[in-house]
Amino acid sequence: MRVPAAFEYERAESVPHALALLARHGSEARVVAGGHSLLPMMKLRLAQPACLIDINGLTGLSYIREEAGQLRLGAMTRHAELLASALAARHFPLLGDAERVIADPIVRNRGTIGGSLCQADPAEDLSAAFAAAKALAVIEGGGGIRTVPIAEFHRGPYETAVAPDELLTEVRLPIRPGAGSAYEKVERRVGDWAIAAVGAVVWLEGDVVQDVGIGLAAVGAPHFHAAEAEAALRGRAPDAAAIAAAAALAAEHARPTADQRGPVDYKRHLVGELTGRALRRAVARARGREG
Amino acid sequence: MTVVGERPNPVGFGRMLRKEDVRFVRGKGQYVDDIQLPGMLHGAILRSPHAHARLVSVDTSAAEAHPGVRAVITGKTLEGLKLAWMPSLSHDVVAVLATDKVRFQGQEVAFVVADDHYTARDALELIQVEYEPLPPVIDARRALDPGAPVIRDDIAGKQDNHIFDWEAGDRARTDAVFAGAEVVVSQEMLYPRVHPAPMETCGAVAHLDKVSGKLTIWSTTQAPHAHRTLYALVAGLPEHKIRVVSPDIGGGFGNKVGIYPGYVLAIVGSIVTGRPVKWVEDRSENLMSTSFARDYHMRGEIAATREGKILALRVDVLADHGAFNNTAQPSKFPAGFFHIFTGSYDLQAAHCQVRGVYTNKAPGGVAYACSFRVTEAVYLIERMVDCLAAELHIDPAELRLRNLLRPEQFPYTCATGWEYDSGDYPRALRLAMEIAGYAELRREQAERRQRGELMGIGVSFFTETVGAGPKKHMDILGLGMADGCELRVHPTGKAVVRLSVQTQGQGHETTFAQIISEVTGIPPEDVEVVHGDTDNTPFGLGTYGSRSTPVSGAAAAVAAQRVRDKARIITSAMLECAPEDLEWEKGRWFVRGDPTRGKTIQEAAFAAHGSLELPEGVEGHLDASCVYDPPNLTYPFGAYICVVDVDRGTGKVTVRRFIAVDDCGPRINPMIVEGQVHGGLADGVGMALMEAMAFDEDGNHLGSSFMDYLLPTSMECPSWETGETVTPSPHHPLGCKGVGESATVGSPPAVVNAVLDAIGVRHADMPLTPAQVWRAMNGRPYRTDLAIP
Ligand SMILES: Cc1cc2nc3c(=O)[nH]c(=O)nc-3n(C[C@H](O)[C@H](O)[C@H](O)COP(=O)(O)OP(=O)(O)OC[C@H]3O[C@@H](n4cnc5c(N)ncnc54)[C@H](O)[C@@H]3O)c2cc1C
Repeated sequence: MRVPAAFEYERAESVPHALALLARHGSEARVVAGGHSLLPMMKLRLAQPACLIDINGLTGLSYIREEAGQLRLGAMTRHAELLASALAARHFPLLGDAERVIADPIVRNRGTIGGSLCQADPAEDLSAAFAAAKALAVIEGGGGIRTVPIAEFHRGPYETAVAPDELLTEVRLPIRPGAGSAYEKVERRVGDWAIAAVGAVVWLEGDVVQDVGIGLAAVGAPHFHAAEAEAALRGRAPDAAAIAAAAALAAEHARPTADQRGPVDYKRHLVGELTGRALRRAVARARGREG
Repeated sequence: MTVVGERPNPVGFGRMLRKEDVRFVRGKGQYVDDIQLPGMLHGAILRSPHAHARLVSVDTSAAEAHPGVRAVITGKTLEGLKLAWMPSLSHDVVAVLATDKVRFQGQEVAFVVADDHYTARDALELIQVEYEPLPPVIDARRALDPGAPVIRDDIAGKQDNHIFDWEAGDRARTDAVFAGAEVVVSQEMLYPRVHPAPMETCGAVAHLDKVSGKLTIWSTTQAPHAHRTLYALVAGLPEHKIRVVSPDIGGGFGNKVGIYPGYVLAIVGSIVTGRPVKWVEDRSENLMSTSFARDYHMRGEIAATREGKILALRVDVLADHGAFNNTAQPSKFPAGFFHIFTGSYDLQAAHCQVRGVYTNKAPGGVAYACSFRVTEAVYLIERMVDCLAAELHIDPAELRLRNLLRPEQFPYTCATGWEYDSGDYPRALRLAMEIAGYAELRREQAERRQRGELMGIGVSFFTETVGAGPKKHMDILGLGMADGCELRVHPTGKAVVRLSVQTQGQGHETTFAQIISEVTGIPPEDVEVVHGDTDNTPFGLGTYGSRSTPVSGAAAAVAAQRVRDKARIITSAMLECAPEDLEWEKGRWFVRGDPTRGKTIQEAAFAAHGSLELPEGVEGHLDASCVYDPPNLTYPFGAYICVVDVDRGTGKVTVRRFIAVDDCGPRINPMIVEGQVHGGLADGVGMALMEAMAFDEDGNHLGSSFMDYLLPTSMECPSWETGETVTPSPHHPLGCKGVGESATVGSPPAVVNAVLDAIGVRHADMPLTPAQVWRAMNGRPYRTDLAIP
């Protein structure tokens, strides 16, 4: 059995209480949500926080609702809840696509949306999905509440815009007409992290791509984002040639590194392949042709 | 459906639920880590982060000063006790704790004993070790390069990393057949280093009772008696003062055959502190330091006629044994049973040569349900046959049918000297093809190809070699491989049978009761099976290599026959007739010609303990024992067919169907046999598609957790389709052959053959992950033993 180093434990009763605890314990403290990323790192002793602030009591942060033209996800929403949400599926089917292939049921029962984003693992699926959906992150701290576009949320591997004394409380996905979305992932085995994964959201106006979001996981894309591919597709009809061109750009600009999941050339190929697949399904869904 | 009043269980062979599962499904199993003793301390091992480094100094002062730490043991401590090194099972030595150098990442460097597990782990971080890193030898193919760093400079005069050269078969004859052959196909292939990864990791609790002087070791061992004798030989402890207990074991697969440094350290910890010491490794320690399996770099050549008659086989193997030659296998051959690589075919000649080398990796080599390298041998021949089929444009199933041994050829002595006992191979393959709907599958495949879809059908046929073993071929440090068994029938006709073998999940408590039941007619639920405690069971070398049924199963059957024979004499005394006048029906002796006059075995048991006057020279009670020395190995076999779909765009493989026809002789409990087969097939899918332990150039282990070393889940497994043929072994008292490893041995080539069939590529090494499949489709498969470039 692996065991972590000694640590203090505090249980937060509310968001202000959690923030107060964070302020009191300083940068040696870490919040624990589902614990599915943090606890393994602690057991490996890669993380040795002096204090854990448990935010599982903040049930007020667990919700999925539509409000002010946005799909709003509380940070403590579990993967399993997002997977089961008909509301989320109606507006952003890519979330269900992604959740179905994130980890396994045990991890999904505890792991949270907020934990996923804040972990900022370069292979985190929801980061790519939210990048595609052009989400906004709501961050709360002693100084108040601020909203950060997802493109500015991730600062690098395992680094986010959330300061040590702040909490991520909500993720907002703007709901716009003509939307269709899909998520495609290739993994070595069920429950494994992505070799490469691509989320795509298109917003169609008639036959034209009014806007598009393409998010990439596990392939070194800055901010999980395929900006060049998006730009190439925006304003065009999403025909085979346009999608192929966008897919090629996504592949070209990805910066995968070799590891035991695969060599660079394969991962780059996958980015193209999966971008094409995700875009085709997103377009089909926008046109109401596929679930 | 069970009808009320009907017997739920068979008397003898047949399907019945496993007796042991009552405690497992209730969470009442007793594993090593469940053991709690008064005053027990906890140990933890400090391991090397380097693959190869000189040990400059180990400073334990801060750890020793840590509150709750009771002892810190280093290589120096052990040197004082002459325990720093222990003999391996392959004529080498293994470091218990490093003294001079560390030779693989994860090697044991120091041992902390503390009041609890947390304190022991915390104290590890306080030990200061100074290493002087040395260049490691990682690529086995470079191990013998001139100038390669010498790993084993502890061996006097050692100048290179060579361990052994060994060959089998007739080289000249083989070369001659090759020289005259119409077709020769050759292929390089790697059977990667994989790990058994049992659910329960390894561990031990050691307790030296200072008053009695008795050392008790509860440990995760597949071979308690062998361990006891080895402890006696190595540590110089008197053998009667050692008791090894193997409680419930959560999977072994060969991983728990050998003695690990952790077990020895728990013992030393108990000696030093005078208190019981528990040590249980974590998952990464298990994956990084305990016995791996395979790691065979093979080059095969097959010679045949243009019509597809296979003539000869030639194999050259480079075997990566890691830093110490510690393959835990009992054969007298350094490559185990690899020279069974002629497989299931009638060849004129065969020759193999195997060269073993040291590398800076963990030692081991034969663990993981491999029947001592039969796995590698079967993979080689079954891949070579497919390469030949591709070369000759002959359907791979058809090519096998043309070359399989025919039933009338048994007993058959193969080109390398093994004597196959019995079989009807074509029948098994035809049955598998029938279940699969082989012709229809080939039609579907052709249609899908037209549409650009990749579907593959893979065939493999294997002959297993199990039941180690005859003394002429086998021993462990001089110990032969006969198994004892003791059977005692109580006055009321219930029985207890004591075995030397040790279940790790195979269901011995059920199958051995059924063996006794089959022979004596005592219902299986009335037979208590005792195993895993050296003070309470007869001697024998344990469970691995699918040997329990062929060897201990035979011992149990013979003991039961002796009980039955004695019951005959007792019955004859009860009925005042001659024993020869009695006839047996299951559970009862009766007078020939008068079936109403008879006595059940239970009645005989009571009489045997009672006041009945027994014939001259016949002792009372009803018990018997047997030491069974197997006259030959047994040769289970099977035909497997795998159907896969491959995603052309991503390289992802889906196993759609898997058909397994196994012949292990009569099935004691068909449900358990199917369970063994299902597990082995999952193993095969795992090895073929995802499992491998690769190392980067610095010797970092790239599969040291279950996030990196992938095991298959139910999602990767199709609903297995099993079938059977039954060919009894002529020399086993019940005809049983053993089946524990059949599916692990036979399935990987079926999966690989299917994938390669789908993508139309001659060869690519396992594991066929999406990346490797895509690279293979593009003509550039990579090496799977090294970091992916
Ligand atoms: C076996 C396994 C397989 C997995 N496979 C996948 C996969 O395929 N794809 C994938 O995307 N993910 C995968 N994951 C990761 C999983 O999705 C994440 O572990 C999980 O969602 C993280 O959420 P959590 O609530 O468990 O976070 P925690 O582990 O509790 O926290 C993670 C980090 O985020 C911080 N944090 C958490 N919540 C907040 C907050 N509200 N505000 C500020 N900081 C916060 C914590 O302090 C910590 O640093 C896998 C995990 C496991 C264990």
